[in-house]
Amino acid sequence: MQPILSLRDVSYSYHNLKGETPALSHINLQVSEGSFVAVVGPSGCGKSTLLSLISGLLPPEDGEILYRGLSSRDYCADSALKIGYMLQRDHLFEWRTVYQNLILGLELTHNLTKENTDYILKLLNDYGLYSFKDKKPSELSGGMRQRAALIRTMAIRPDLLLLDEPFSALDFQTRLFVSADIANIIRKTGKTALLITHDLSEAITLADRVIVLSKRPASVKREMSILYEISREDPLAIRSTAAYQEYFNQLWEVLTDGKTTV
Amino acid sequence: MGKQRSNTQPPVSERQQNFLRAHHRHHHRITCGRFLLLFCFLGFWETASRMAWIDSFFFSSPSGIIQYLGQMLTDGSFFTHTGITLFETIASFVLVTVLSLVSATLLWYQNSLSEILEPYLVVLNALPKSALAPLLIVWLGTGANTIIVAGISVAVFGSIISLYTGFCQVDPEMCKLIYTLGGSRKDALAKVILPSSVPLILSSMKVNIGLSLVGVIIGEFLAARRGLGYLIIYGSQVFQLNMVITSIIILCAIAMLFYKLIQSAEHYYRKKA
Repeated sequence: MQPILSLRDVSYSYHNLKGETPALSHINLQVSEGSFVAVVGPSGCGKSTLLSLISGLLPPEDGEILYRGLSSRDYCADSALKIGYMLQRDHLFEWRTVYQNLILGLELTHNLTKENTDYILKLLNDYGLYSFKDKKPSELSGGMRQRAALIRTMAIRPDLLLLDEPFSALDFQTRLFVSADIANIIRKTGKTALLITHDLSEAITLADRVIVLSKRPASVKREMSILYEISREDPLAIRSTAAYQEYFNQLWEVLTDGKTTV
Repeated sequence: MGKQRSNTQPPVSERQQNFLRAHHRHHHRITCGRFLLLFCFLGFWETASRMAWIDSFFFSSPSGIIQYLGQMLTDGSFFTHTGITLFETIASFVLVTVLSLVSATLLWYQNSLSEILEPYLVVLNALPKSALAPLLIVWLGTGANTIIVAGISVAVFGSIISLYTGFCQVDPEMCKLIYTLGGSRKDALAKVILPSSVPLILSSMKVNIGLSLVGVIIGEFLAARRGLGYLIIYGSQVFQLNMVITSIIILCAIAMLFYKLIQSAEHYYRKKA
């Protein structure tokens, strides 16, 4: 399948008076339409920087990012090519109701039309949050908050979804099911998604392809396609398959450079 | 599942009732203790003055103060002096609040402006504002304008610094969310910085009202012919200590009134939030 997002030799460094801190070094990767790609790597390796670059929040210092054939400056200006970005925490504003939080993106882009608000109401209904639309975010559970954050991102009808460890603030049990739930929702909509995570199990359970980054400055160490014979709906069933174990062992070896102890 | 509120109140257990009774008893004891302390103090003061343990000419007495307050109410001077001090304080407070909000917003919006102005703000905040009063009299004359500006000068710089610092401490990820949804820095200000800073703005208002009152009294000491500050300085010059202490007590009541007003605004906000 033709890639819709490609990064060619992308590098980025942070600068301050103490010196230069290289975050990404010559990253090359491609994402094809409708795929769910997970990027894993050690903590602080520059994974979030990668998403900031793709979303256009940061300009690449070197190299080129092409999305649907356009450079980052052009695709950010193109209103049809919206990029949805889910952050590590849901950041639902407590001074707004759940519904008011969800229309935030539409308000900011002056797209608060009846058609779009109806779409949000439909998503609220689909994701089981309709009865909570007039509540304050603090009245929702951790999983519901993540669903609300996903609706807020989906409301702008993004072409590409960037997920920056959106489940890291959840406890293990909730995380296991919420991550599978959200991945299934994304898969059903046929959106292309790029998930950043430091949790190898999560990456292998959710994604079609896993990209392993090296320590800072990050570069692509390994790419691996993930395929299961069973449905991905049940994360526990996936985790008990032999294929999962095999993927995990292989990627663990890449991540830890073959070392068995920390 | 999320915390769902039920419309039917669950029955209160006996242990909960005991806890509530003990809580109310404790609350009453504290209130009684406060009044008892006040009555003991006033009683001791009155007795000491009547028994000539202290010189009532210098230290006044509660009965003398009540008598003077009655006299002020009868001749209408209470309303004139309290009214002008109240007006000047409210005017300073409103101007301080508006000025500091606008300035802190501009400083947050323009990073380089805040870098340029930071040392000046720190110096102006540290400067004893009473040192400015003679200058203000020369520039603005003696009157309400000078006093209002004195009130503003005491509170405004600290308020700008505390609001600006608060704005900068808002989680940058919340602003990042605005940018990821297609918003600008102006949107981050309107949708994140200002709404999330409402508790900070209210607490800064609490400080500002007290400082505005301080500034107004300093101004009235030096440049007024009316107001409670004028009564205090005039009373001390002509050795009318009843006048001085009565004015101080009225000031205490005004300070408490303002504090309570802002506290109720804070309660209203919390209830709404």
